[in-house]
Amino acid sequence: MSANRAIDLKKTAIDWLGITPFLLFAVMFLIAPTLYLVTGAFLNPAGEFTFENIGGLFTDKILASYWISIKVSLASSIGGALIGFFLAWAVVLGGLPSWIRSSLLTFSGVASNFAGVPLAFAFLATLGRTGLVTMILRDWFGINLYATGFNLLSFVGLTLTYMYFQIPLMVLIITPALDGLKKEWREAAEILGATNRQYWTKVALPILFPSILGTTLLLFANAFGAIATAYSLTGSTFNIVPIQLYAQIRGDVLHNPNLGYALALGMIVITGISNLIYIWLRMRAERWQK
Amino acid sequence: MKTQKIGAWIAVLFGASYFIVPLIATFEFSLRMRRGEYSFDAYRSVFSDVQFRESFSYSIVMAILTIVFGVLLVVPTAYWVRLRLPQMRPVVEFITLMPLVIPAIVIVFGYLRLYNSSSYIPFTGSARGTDLLLMFSFMTLSLPYMYRSVDTAMRTIDVGTLTEAAQSLGASWPTIMFKCIFPNVMSGVLSGAFITFAIVIGEFTMPSLLNRPAFGPYLQLIGANRAYEPPALAVIAFAITWGCMVLLQLVSRFSKSAPSKP
Repeated sequence: MSANRAIDLKKTAIDWLGITPFLLFAVMFLIAPTLYLVTGAFLNPAGEFTFENIGGLFTDKILASYWISIKVSLASSIGGALIGFFLAWAVVLGGLPSWIRSSLLTFSGVASNFAGVPLAFAFLATLGRTGLVTMILRDWFGINLYATGFNLLSFVGLTLTYMYFQIPLMVLIITPALDGLKKEWREAAEILGATNRQYWTKVALPILFPSILGTTLLLFANAFGAIATAYSLTGSTFNIVPIQLYAQIRGDVLHNPNLGYALALGMIVITGISNLIYIWLRMRAERWQK
Repeated sequence: MKTQKIGAWIAVLFGASYFIVPLIATFEFSLRMRRGEYSFDAYRSVFSDVQFRESFSYSIVMAILTIVFGVLLVVPTAYWVRLRLPQMRPVVEFITLMPLVIPAIVIVFGYLRLYNSSSYIPFTGSARGTDLLLMFSFMTLSLPYMYRSVDTAMRTIDVGTLTEAAQSLGASWPTIMFKCIFPNVMSGVLSGAFITFAIVIGEFTMPSLLNRPAFGPYLQLIGANRAYEPPALAVIAFAITWGCMVLLQLVSRFSKSAPSKP
């Protein structure tokens, strides 16, 4: 009996030994660094527990940077989700030739990974002061884009730029959900006398709603954590949270390291909540995809 | 039905122009270096820049190291979890998704505080140590993609039966791992590798904050100081991303058409 037990114990030990490298990696490079910042957010420089840093986030400058970050992320995620949804709808249900579908999906795979510094360069060459579209509008149509108040280095410009990777990401995630709409549902609705509009508002959209909302949240988190595009587009003039945090890491511009931890904690909370809701909605959406 | 089709075409045309116009504009801009005519001068200038070659090769070496060590970490873990610790699957999966939840800039902020030169593990105390830390940070960034693609490939093979068959023929654990499991999940490994490559080559935040001479920070520096080289670099970067994704698609298509082994 005890010999069996010893063998069992040894087996369990070996079982756990197998994923030790992974657990060690996770603790060292994911969990410990995050916990360090999270606990640091609740400590003062002397190492005592305090809520001062969290309170310190509620100053005009930091609140403004959170607000502009949230605005850009919201606008680019909702815009990306809407356009991405219509694109996916067009290739799945629009009755277009099948090569359009495969080229859109291939292109989306590329464009959703085409972010960061090069994306900023691409939009500067397109909508910057001497960009191609700016020049064409000026020379061919007599529209001076920058005289209308448009500026690429602004909320609108950053949103337009972010949508370049948001739309493809939406297409990639929502296409399988649209594929999952069964023909029988539409037929059943039609037999019962439903119009096209009734089918969409009463059947299709309620089924797709968790997927759409969930993906929008994923896009939101995706934009919220992004820094490279904004940084190389606008330098440090445009104060979204990641850029503020970047400056803080480089040179303690807030003059309080622990306030920097609180800034990071705020980012984790926002991306964390949107991701958690995404995962929860995704589980709900999968009920229909079985 | 008719209006639906017209709507679909409008959506696709709108989407296509949104995607393609910036690419055309970038390419056009990159040709403008010589006054009054189009030329490839900007590309010549980029390729003759020593810093370009150095930072680019640095990033390529980093990408290869990241892929090798990432695969060595992920494949045995995914295998072991399927074979022996199925109850740990949700936990491991949750951990692999964490890099998508926690922004990269926050993770690297933690590294800088935790592994500075006066800590117990002073990674950032030396250049080699920082390189090592940078490689681990790239592994962290690519973990969600690498794990997902390897795990998907592993779903199609019967890990338990393969292992028992190998064991009954007297294979040792390394033999099982490298001669039996690895070849069977190669499509997943390759997909993960291409995504990792695309991520590592363009990554800006981590090497910039760790002060290493990678391609991402170089791009940013050029963007701040030059006019015509940045769009040329953007075209090059797009071509690299495109190449990675095409290879990825080829691999996944190839593995799908291959007869599935029971």
